[in-house]
Parts: sequence; structure tokens; C-alpha cells
Amino acid sequence: MGTKKKTRRTAGTVLGNNDAGDSISLQWLIHRGLGPAFVAVSLFGLLIRAAVSLHSYSGAGNPPKYGDFEAQRHWMEITLNLPPRDWYTNGTSNDLSYWGLDYPPLTAYQSYFHGLILRFFDPDSVALFTSRGYETYFGKLLMRWTVLGSDALLFFPAVLYFLYVYHYGCNSRSSCEVAWHMVMLLINPCLILIDHGHFQYNCISLGFTVGAVAAILSNRDLLGSSLFCLALNHKQMSAYYAPAFFGHLLGKCIRRRNPLLEISKLGLVVIGTFAIIWWPYLYSTDAIFGVVSRLAPFERGIYEDYVANFWCATSIIIKWKRLFMTQSLKLLSLVATVSTFLPSMIQQIRSPSGKGFIYSMLNTSLSFYLFSFQVHEKSILLPMLPASLMAREEPFLYKWLILFGLLSMFPLLHRDGLTPPYMALFALFFLLFHTNQGSKDLGLGIGHSSAAFQYSTTVALLCSFVLHFVYLTAIPPEKYPYLFEAMMMILCFIQFSLLAIYCNWRQWKLSEDLTRSWKEKKLL
Amino acid sequence: MRELWWYIGVVTCLKLLLIPAYHSTDFEVHRNWLALTRSLPLCQWYSDETSPWTLDYPPFFAFFERFLSLFASLVDPKIVHLHEGLNCKSPTAIYFQRLTVIASDSCLFYAIHRLARNFGPIRRNLLWILVAWSPMLVIVDHIHFQYNGFLLGLLLLSISFLMDGRDLAGGFIFAVLLCFKHLFAVAAPVYFVYLLRHYCWGRGLLKGFFRLSVMGITVISVFAAAYGPFAYHGQIQQVLLRMFPFGRGLSHSYWAPNIWVFYIILDKMLVFMLRKLGFSFNPPISSFTGGLVGDVSSFSVLPKITPLTTFIIVLIALSPSLINVWSKPQPKSFSRWVAFAYTCGFLFGWHVHEKASLHFVIPLTVLAVQNLEDAMHYFLLSIVSCYSLFPLLFERQEYPIRVLLLLLHSLLMWLGFSYLYRKTELCEATVAANKLGGPHKASSSGEFKICSMTRIYLFGLVIIELYGQFLHPYLLGNDLPFLPLMMISTYCALGMTYSWIWQLRQIIRL
Repeated sequence: MGTKKKTRRTAGTVLGNNDAGDSISLQWLIHRGLGPAFVAVSLFGLLIRAAVSLHSYSGAGNPPKYGDFEAQRHWMEITLNLPPRDWYTNGTSNDLSYWGLDYPPLTAYQSYFHGLILRFFDPDSVALFTSRGYETYFGKLLMRWTVLGSDALLFFPAVLYFLYVYHYGCNSRSSCEVAWHMVMLLINPCLILIDHGHFQYNCISLGFTVGAVAAILSNRDLLGSSLFCLALNHKQMSAYYAPAFFGHLLGKCIRRRNPLLEISKLGLVVIGTFAIIWWPYLYSTDAIFGVVSRLAPFERGIYEDYVANFWCATSIIIKWKRLFMTQSLKLLSLVATVSTFLPSMIQQIRSPSGKGFIYSMLNTSLSFYLFSFQVHEKSILLPMLPASLMAREEPFLYKWLILFGLLSMFPLLHRDGLTPPYMALFALFFLLFHTNQGSKDLGLGIGHSSAAFQYSTTVALLCSFVLHFVYLTAIPPEKYPYLFEAMMMILCFIQFSLLAIYCNWRQWKLSEDLTRSWKEKKLL
Repeated sequence: MRELWWYIGVVTCLKLLLIPAYHSTDFEVHRNWLALTRSLPLCQWYSDETSPWTLDYPPFFAFFERFLSLFASLVDPKIVHLHEGLNCKSPTAIYFQRLTVIASDSCLFYAIHRLARNFGPIRRNLLWILVAWSPMLVIVDHIHFQYNGFLLGLLLLSISFLMDGRDLAGGFIFAVLLCFKHLFAVAAPVYFVYLLRHYCWGRGLLKGFFRLSVMGITVISVFAAAYGPFAYHGQIQQVLLRMFPFGRGLSHSYWAPNIWVFYIILDKMLVFMLRKLGFSFNPPISSFTGGLVGDVSSFSVLPKITPLTTFIIVLIALSPSLINVWSKPQPKSFSRWVAFAYTCGFLFGWHVHEKASLHFVIPLTVLAVQNLEDAMHYFLLSIVSCYSLFPLLFERQEYPIRVLLLLLHSLLMWLGFSYLYRKTELCEATVAANKLGGPHKASSSGEFKICSMTRIYLFGLVIIELYGQFLHPYLLGNDLPFLPLMMISTYCALGMTYSWIWQLRQIIRL
């Protein structure tokens, strides 16, 4: 070790520049500009995705209902063979109890489009009725490639757009930081495992959201809101961000010269986008409500499985499902969600800012995750996105959310047979986050590193590792077959709620800082 | 060292992800070797014929398999069962064997750590990226399935010792390597001449003779340790018979991109032309459309090629380097000679497998991070040889992976080289040159560029790939399935021949 340090120092002094001082940093990756570096990171990201897609998927070889893979394939089959009006209605050729379409129309169009590709190469895989449970080598491959393609064509360009907007004109940030941020955005282990392992198309709705954020940050509000509408229409879960978008755009509009005009312009764009996407269902109100009722599956109860949110975590003490009717639970969860995201939304209306907007997205999506009705483990992907967008400012927050987000999905991924890629990506994330190349320059050390904080984070991480290990090796007691899942869920719930409190505090502190600097300016 | 751990960690994660990928029959070959070394006594290792995949590597590799089989029997006794384990493809077997490959790569990592320890930070990082993240090794070892990383690690380790001037250790490790895989013997003449000249010669008769005998005893004892047990059981003849199966043809089933591709094609063209002129021929038994392992060494017009012919041609081809070694035995050029020797073996050898291009691409990396001209040559060569491995992974599932691996490698190589050989990077070049001990040519003064010929050639590569993947199935359907493969090996053979000429020129100029 000693000799190595000496070599470095001599090289540094001869060169006379700083980057050779401690280590070579990511400079070599980005010295040709953002473009080649982005292509390199994208290629690596795609390689990892392609490698993960070699593994099993949800419900592989598990009749009669299989899993999400079969659901997506079934939607392709339905949309390809039936007219749009019948997609959401129960009929002789569309049995809604077998993976009925329960996402908004854009998902249906996407399924149709991907179905066309599948039909071109492998007609059997999307034939009506006969293709149920179709699992062949080539069929799986085609399905995997549609996700890979959507990721490459939608999510990656959106991230590039965002990076360009976010880091443009910020000379204070070194280019190495941009490269690091790029890696964090493109290689999000949870997103990769869910999309390319478990099998879903989250990259599409999240890609639209990233595009919307980038557009809004560069003051193209109309484009941003229409992109967000697309995200909403691909997965209704994107509504987790809606309060943030609403608050931020409203706050911006009322500060303009002509607030009413600005608001009506935005409104028209939103209504226009919705109208185009919902066109096949606009012929009658019944049709619209028919689709809407498919999107909100209230009959499934306030929580399923072991999701790390408030209702599930507290159900150990308070048996919500037994104490309350579904109707009152709906109301209760609505009140809880609204009251938790309201402060963050109000902050954005009062003092909208780019930074505050992303914080607000994180806060509202976390409050939806923690308090809303019928949340799935996979919904942790939504808070993860804004966290990754500001990973540069809040590296610790992002890391923590990823580590415990992964843990919260571990039982799900384990059931899918994805434990090996889970472990590989867990390790890969750790390595990429703590990149050896100039981690000191990147300032990944967190500000408040008091001994108590260090101690508690170490304990939490240790708990996480022990839980992984125990879950894989030990057999739970017969009386509590889901003991380990419950323990994981409680640990994750505690972490997520602490993060939510911290983020709300940070967001409000932003506006305090803003007003203080305002006052200082006035005084000057 | 911490930096290297980072590179190792990242690539290991990728390798772990690739575990369920396609694996060739080599997987079953190695599984069978695990089983037979575990369940049979030593005297039957080389005579067993339970499976068609008989043991045909030298004894140290057999011992290595025996060592691995100790763990295999703990993991799942079925893996090492000679009869029940045949074609065993259980997840445990796959995970176990893949993990042994991943673990054995640590030898390679130690070797590159040792090689790079005196380099400047940029060079060191670049060397790690190019070798530890080599797409060729990922394709051959971690998808196709073999233990090349481990063996190349031994080769690099030996080169590293020789570059430090520790000749005895270098020679010892090379002898060990030869007892692991005899294909590495192509570089033996270079080793022999170098060690004789650099280690023994010119130090007075007595000292020279003493050193010669020390080296001789070292090498002989290594070979004795390997072959001794088999000699004791009277198996030597059987061992050698298995190790040198000359019954195989001149070319492998898929033609390795070497000079014999041109020879075969020239023969076909002559037949075609002479037929037009009215001559008649009996076509050779295995026509080149078959594509199966067959005796391709019989030709219609051109003289027949025998193993002895190829052996002599290889020796003649590498003789310039031997003369060079004798006249200027400098440690820093050693990896160049070794690489050149393997290039000769690849280009002119008998029954060459396309995987053998690893043997010279990996040692050339050491030069590429030190010298601009070598970097420019390496850029082309590593792309060509990685591309020539593509037919190994013929299944659809791995198609995106192999393309992404190659693209990523090319891009990282371009970024890395152009960062290393910037105009301002003169100082570090001289620092590194001084560190390596010896005057360095002033060739590092320029900038890294991809010359127009390279661009045109690489563009042709893209066209061939597009034709083979998309246009060919579209135009001809399933007819002539060998044609895209033939195009790949012919086109890559052009690049390989260029590389050989380039290396030859460098050696003559040295």
C-alpha cells in the first residue's frame, strides 16, 4: 500500500493537476463529454438488465394463474385480438377474472404495440385463448426484449434529458459528479429487478415521469404536464406524484403575470392529453366508469402480503381489517394520506422551486406508500425515483431508500426465484455507490455523521443482513409462518417513516433558507 | 489494492448474473473430469471412456479438477458420480461449476495486480479495466465455460516475474502452466531462448552452467511432479496419446480466423475455376458446407497440410522473434515476444480454436497501456478477436449480451486510451517509462486516434454482423447457414493477419 501511495504522489506532482492526487476519479469516463459517458453507462446498464433477464420471472411454470409475466402477455393477447371497447369489459372472449386489464389505457396501447411485435415473430404466443400460460424459450425472450427495448427507448433518453437539464450551467459540480449521478439513475437495482426479473413495465411510466420533471425544471410546464399525464395513464400509481406536480405548477402559475391564463393553459393540455388517450371510451359515461372501476380494486383490502406501510405494520397491534369496514378504512386511509402529503404540497404552492419540487415528489409518494389504500411492495419504486433524481444532494437518503427498498421486496423476489440476481445487484449497487474513483471528491460522506447516527445506521444495516440470512436459512416457527416477513416489514417501515419525516423537514427548511436569503437581500 | 477490489467486485457481480446463461459442452467436459478424477484411481484417469469427453489436458489440470471435486462431492455427490452424473445439469451443478470458474479468476487478478503495481494511476486502472473486464474472458469462461482466466493468470504472472528480472520464478511458473494446458507450449521456444540468453549466458562459463542446471532442475522437477505419478503407473503413452489427438482436422468445426481459412477458400476457388476450364475432381469427403468436425485437411488442388507442416511453419514464423530475443534480451519486451509467438501459433497452427486468440490479446494489453502505437493496434485486435468469438454463443438469448459486451468494451477502450494518450499526458508517460526501468521510445508523444483504415475495417465488421443477423435470414432463410460464419472467420482472419504483420514489424524494428 505504501509504495502505491508514493507512485500516486509523484505522478500527481509531475502532472500538476489534482485528479491524480488521490485516485484517477471518473474523469477518464467523461473527458469526451456527457454523450460518450452516457452511452458507456447506458451500455453497462443494458448489459446488467440483459443479464438479469436470463433469470426466472414471476410465476414461471406455476399454473393456473402464473404471475405478472403471464398477466402482461395476456394483455397483449387481449388487446391484439379484441376491439378497444372490449378490453376492460367482461365478455365471452375476455375473462376479467383471469388477469383482467387493470391499468389505464396507455398500458393497453403499449400491450397492443408489443403484441404486434410478438405476433410478427411468434404468432402462437399471443393467440386468443390457446396462448394462456405460454412459456417457451423464444416467447420468454421476446417478452424480455420488449422490456429491454422500452427501457432503452424511453427511460434512458428521459434520464439523459433530465441530466442535461439538471446539471446544465452548474459549473460548481465537477463532471465526475455527473457521471456518478448517471450511474445512480440508470442502475437502480430495485427497478432492474422488478422490470427485468419479476417482469413489469415500470420503466415506461417512470420514464415519462423523469421526462416530465426535466421539462418542468427547464420551464416547459406544458410539455411536462402532458408527459406526466402519459405517466398517469400508463400506471395509475403515478398519481403518487400528482400532489407535487399540482402544487409546484400551481405555485409557479400564481406567480406569473396572468395566473388564470396559465392555469387554464395547463388545464387544457391535461384534458387534451387525457381525451386523446381515453378516446375509445369517451362515447358514454358508462364506458368511462367501467374502465375507472377496473383501475381501483378496492375489494382487495387495505393491504396485501407484507408491505412496509403504516396499515400493515400497525396491524400487528390494531387489527384494522377486523375493526373497520372497507368503507371506513377507505376514508381513514384517504384522510391519513392527504394530511401527510398536504404540508409538502402547500410548501410548493407557497414557494415553488426546482429542488423543492423533487423533495415534494419524494414526500408525497412516500406518504401515499405509507398511508394509502391497497399498496403493493413494488410501489416503493415510486419514492425511489425522486430520491435517485436528487441522489447528488442526498446520497445517504438514496442509499438508505434503496437498501431498505430492496429488503422490503426480498420476500417477493425470493418467491420469483430471483435470489441470486438480487444478491448480485445488491452488491453491485454497493460498489457503484461507493465508487472507488474519487469517492472523497464526490463528498459521499453525510453531513451529520455523529457517533449516535453512525451507530444506529450500522445497527439497522446489520439487522437487514441478519434478516436476509435468517430468511434464507431458517424455518419459521409453525405458529407464525410469516414471522420473518413481518420483521422485515417492520424494520423497513421504521426506516421509511424516518426518511419521510427527514424529507419533509428538509423541504420546509428549503423555503426557510429561501426566505432568509430574500430578507438578507432586502436588507442589503 | 482497494481500487482493484472494486473492479473485481463489479465484474464478479456481472459473472454471477450470467450463471444461468447458455453453456457449451465444455461444461459437461469439465463435469466429467470432476467425476472421473474423483471416482477413479489415478492410473485410470487417462484411459477412462465412460463419457466421450475424455480427459485431454495435462496432469496438473487433472489434479486441479481432483481438488475441485473434493468440494463438489460436499455440495452434491451426483456431480462427481461417474455414471449417474452424466449430463447432470441440476442448478447446484451449474452454480458450483460456474462459481469455481469465478473463484479461479483470482489467479488472473493477482497477476494483473502484480503487473500493474508500478504503473501510474491511469495506466493501472486502464489495465485492470481491459483485463479484468475483458469481454472475451467473460464470453469464453463465464458463458461458454472454461478456465482460461486462471490459466492466463499463470501466464501473466510468469511474464510479470520475468519483467521484474526474476527469471527463475518466471520459468518455474511457465513450466507449471505447461503442465496445466499444453497449448501454451507455443511460446516455449521464446521462453527457452530468453532464459538461456538472459539468465545463463554471458556470466562466465561456470556461473552460466550453474544457472542453466538450476533452471533445468526446476523445470524438470515441475514436469516430474506432473507426469511422475503417471509414469509410475506406466501410463505415459496413454497420457500423451490423449493430449495430442492429431486425428482431428486442420480446422475446427467453426474455422478459427487464421491463415488456413484463406488456404481452404483458395482451394475451393481453384476447384471452381478449373472446373470451368473443363477439369474434373473428386470433391473431398467432408465438404466445407458440412461444418461439422471433420477432416478438412484434404484438398482438391492444393497440397495436403499435415501437422508437421504446420509445426514447421509456426517455427519459421516465430524465428524472427527468437533472433530478436537472443540479440536484445530486454525484460520489458518479453510480453511482446510471447504474444507474437501465440499469434504465430494461432495463425498457422494445427486445429486451432478461435478461443486461442485470448493467449495473445491478453499479454498485449500490458503493452497497450504503455505505448501509443501498441494501443492503436490493440484497439483493432481486441475488437476483432472478441468479434471472432461471437459464433461460440449462437443462441438467441445471449445475442444482446455479446453485442453489449463488445460495444461496451470498445467504448471504454476508446475513452481510456484517448484519456491516457492525451496531448498533455507526456509527463506520466515518461514517469511510467522510467519506472519500468529502461529508456522508452518517444512514441507516447502523440494523441490516440483511430486511423481511417481501422475505421473502414470496423465498419465492414458492422456490415458483416448486420448481414449475418438480419439480411441473410431475410434473403436466404435457412439456406446456406454456414455462409455468415464463413464470412465472419474470413473477415476476422484478415484482421488477424494484419495484426501478425504489424507485430512482426514491431519486432524487427525493436
